[in-house]
Amino acid sequence: MTKSLISRRNFLRQSGGMVTAGAALGALPGLVAAMDNVTVGFIYVGPRQDYGWNQSHWDAAKKVAAIDGVTVVEQENVPETAEVEKVIQSMIELDGARVIFGTSFGYWDSLKKMALQYPDVLFTHIGAIWKEGDPANVIGYRGYTEEAHYLCGIAAGRMSKTGKIGFIGSKPLYFIYNNCNGFVLGAQSVNPEMTCNVVITGDWNNPVKEAETTNSLIDQGCDVIIANVDSPKVSVETAEARGVYTCGYHSDLSALAPNGFLTGAEWNWASGVEFVEAFVAGDSYPNLKRGGFKEDMVAISPFGDAVPQEVRDEVLAAKQGFIDDTLKLYKGPLEDNKGNVILEEGEVIENTDTPFKLGVDWFVKGTTG
Amino acid sequence: MEGTDISWWSVLIAVIGGAIRVSTPYLFVSLGETITEKSGRVNLGLEGVLVMGAMSGYATAVLTGEPWLGVLVAGCAGALLSLVHALVCNLPRVNDIAVGIALFIFGTGLAFFLGKPFINPSAPRLPDIDLGWWSASPQVQSALKINMLFVIGFVLALGLAWALKTTRWGLVLRTVGDSEEAAQALGYNIARVRTLGTVAGGFLSGVGGSYLSLYYPGTWNEGLSSGQGLMAVALVIFARWDPIRCFYASLLFGGATALGPALQTVGITANYYLYGAAPYFLTLALLIYSSSPKRALEGAPGEVSINR
Amino acid sequence: MPPPGLLNSLEAVTINVAAFLITMALFGVYVASLGHNPLDVYYVLWLGSFARQISVESTLTNAAPLMLTALCTAIPARAGLLVIGGEGALVVGGVATVLAGVALSGAPFLLGVAVMALAGALAGGLWIGFAGALRQYRGVNETISTLLLNYIAIAVMYHLITGPIRDWDRVLKTSSWSIPQELRVGPLPFIDVHWGLATGVVICLILWIIMRRTTFGFGVDILGGNPRAAQMAGLPINRMVVLCCFIGGAGAGLAGSFEVMAVHGFASESLAVGFGYAGILVAFLSRQNPAAIIVLAILLGGVTASGGLLQRRFDLPDATTQVLQGVLFLVVLASNAAYGRLSLFQPAAWRTT
Repeated sequence: MTKSLISRRNFLRQSGGMVTAGAALGALPGLVAAMDNVTVGFIYVGPRQDYGWNQSHWDAAKKVAAIDGVTVVEQENVPETAEVEKVIQSMIELDGARVIFGTSFGYWDSLKKMALQYPDVLFTHIGAIWKEGDPANVIGYRGYTEEAHYLCGIAAGRMSKTGKIGFIGSKPLYFIYNNCNGFVLGAQSVNPEMTCNVVITGDWNNPVKEAETTNSLIDQGCDVIIANVDSPKVSVETAEARGVYTCGYHSDLSALAPNGFLTGAEWNWASGVEFVEAFVAGDSYPNLKRGGFKEDMVAISPFGDAVPQEVRDEVLAAKQGFIDDTLKLYKGPLEDNKGNVILEEGEVIENTDTPFKLGVDWFVKGTTG
Repeated sequence: MEGTDISWWSVLIAVIGGAIRVSTPYLFVSLGETITEKSGRVNLGLEGVLVMGAMSGYATAVLTGEPWLGVLVAGCAGALLSLVHALVCNLPRVNDIAVGIALFIFGTGLAFFLGKPFINPSAPRLPDIDLGWWSASPQVQSALKINMLFVIGFVLALGLAWALKTTRWGLVLRTVGDSEEAAQALGYNIARVRTLGTVAGGFLSGVGGSYLSLYYPGTWNEGLSSGQGLMAVALVIFARWDPIRCFYASLLFGGATALGPALQTVGITANYYLYGAAPYFLTLALLIYSSSPKRALEGAPGEVSINR
Repeated sequence: MPPPGLLNSLEAVTINVAAFLITMALFGVYVASLGHNPLDVYYVLWLGSFARQISVESTLTNAAPLMLTALCTAIPARAGLLVIGGEGALVVGGVATVLAGVALSGAPFLLGVAVMALAGALAGGLWIGFAGALRQYRGVNETISTLLLNYIAIAVMYHLITGPIRDWDRVLKTSSWSIPQELRVGPLPFIDVHWGLATGVVICLILWIIMRRTTFGFGVDILGGNPRAAQMAGLPINRMVVLCCFIGGAGAGLAGSFEVMAVHGFASESLAVGFGYAGILVAFLSRQNPAAIIVLAILLGGVTASGGLLQRRFDLPDATTQVLQGVLFLVVLASNAAYGRLSLFQPAAWRTT
């Protein structure tokens, strides 16, 4: 009982300070001196060796654990219910964690609530929808994987023989739409006639459905497949067995498809290391960090043997385009697959225009699904 | 429009192919459950057995490089788990369905526990049998790539139907399952028959699990089974404890699973969750249609608690 | 000679405690075989479940939905049915709560919460009541029908939250419209656990009294013990079975209500995370006794709560707690065989004294 009173008082003190702290940079409340030992808690929604989403965060956890004086504690398979709040409290109060990484979208509300209750603990969330008024001790960060999908699309457009590629999505959420659009636009940038069949499985993890979907897409003539599910392993292996090309997602899957692997869209969550270092040193940190290749927050997997040098060069040139900000993902003229005009000739959306991307709930022209 | 024709044709191919690919675990678990239920017990824990079979088969294949050894180990692991069910149920005043749920929790828990190190590595897959060599179409060729386990399952269904009907062993099993009094009068050891029936059912379910991990979809992770083991138990009732009908029902379930993705690839994208639930709607509707409050389902073993 | 009722209760307590100790011993052997000191593991189980306020809060938060979903199996089981549909009833209850909450925008707090809770309970009750009616009037096995209804409920919920009732402003998760913020239920006084816990305890106690003290309760026990006797006594069997299913389903539906009102504020895939299935376990462990459900839900909540600490301290996989639950379930079921075997608890043993 006393505990919640104290934290509420802290919250008032802190929210007063937040107004002066300003927009994007929050100073660490009550903490100026550097720390010697910090315990960092990582919370995963699934198993961390899943060759996918959770593994990409586990990779970051290993980098964080390598920082001097940092101990990492991890908990897997934490559902997005009241349980996650209790796990956070348990990590803070029983393990002494000072930084909490919540690596699933659905943790957001719980993280914000806990951030008010524990104002001197740093919380990070991978949804990157922090906005003015949210607690100052929360960081949202996330890479624009649609840029990496664009590069996969270039490789797919060059390698496809049928002119049809396939995209498997888990849930109808904004980043799935963006990733798919990136993939298709990349393919159309080298071959305007490319079309893409999209299937939403409706589940984050359902191997049977993913394998069945991969087979269906291949039966429809798609000869490059990318799967935006928690663990694309099944889809990559199924496509490899059917002798078509695949692109990876989340982490490096090249070893699973020695013949058909082109490249893959990967996260680079290493910014987490910066946040922890800043926290330990008592420095300030951004509340919101989004970025693509320019900010080094996404990556592509090593090319598969099937990809010839000229295609690799073309992909890497586009990557440089994102780094130099000369290449824009969304630019006019652009229509969605229902014939609505999204962008007029000459209209350009900045690659960092997060509000635009959050509102994407359509597929570009040439997409069936 | 010619393009549309090709699409619809390939939906059909995908559903047929899907029926063959997806049905095998259903087939093995439902045949196993048929044996168990014919002996007079329900093992609702076959979901746990299936998952344990999937994990142990995959782990064996990763460690030894021998997928067929994995199938064998999966069967044995399933038999062992089911032995727990049988022994606990042999005690007086123990509800077999409750023990099944306990086994479901225990089996999946144990499989997840022991299976952590095997989520990441890839195991060698079971080989295909190519029955589509005659066709020029790659779609047909792929749909008719059949695994040996599917063939074994089909033969097993035929063999089981014959054995239940005509052999002495089948008669003993059915007697024990239909009437304890009759079995006692004939001097059969009821507990032993049921133990064997449950263990045999567990072996088959374990093999069914290994199909998931070693052939299709051919991986191991904690979401591998989306309730195939539980559904197969419902499928046995659907098939009225008849092995041949189990085969048809498994194909139907497999095809229904494939229907959603196949429709989505041709652009019919609305309501995919409802298409996905089609097998459950269908089973419930058929159960409501075919049941009657006045008599037990035709073919039902008299001692099975699910039937009283 | 002690009264037979007391002997029965003592027998039950002794057998359950023994089953718990046997489970812990088996679990100790298991973790020892993995190279951990069982005493350390026991200590961490204790630390993570009951030793600190945060542990207790964690345990009770986990226990809250289980008390209500356990009723979904326990109450029909007293009438002789085996219902496993708690997961589906919870989901249906959650969706109904959202719809009621959205419609009630602007209503006073108490009225709004009462109507939402009723909507959830009614939806869950009708859902399982339907299965009960199918069984009584059509002969459809209730275990299988409620299993199928679970899958159907989840599919329908997914369908609704990705289309008809989707809130597109929630960009991170497909979720339904939210109930109004002012109708959200906060934590209990003195402890950071939501009101679902208190509701669960009260409802379990009320049902315990109903089952022990009313003619309805006696009738249900006769029906569960011997259907033929119930028929001869002229009990309205069909109506009693359907009502038991309705009560059980209403419990699980109410669990869904509190998940929405107190935890999430909306319906999403996070409603279907296994509370319904864990409730089956609680129902069986408590031998369908609503008062015992309270204790066993807390025990199971504690096992889940300490599971995280087992992961962090010993690097044991999260499935450890599931193994522990499975073993506990099996041992408790096997211990049913011990009833009536321990002479100490038989009235005959006391007759000579």
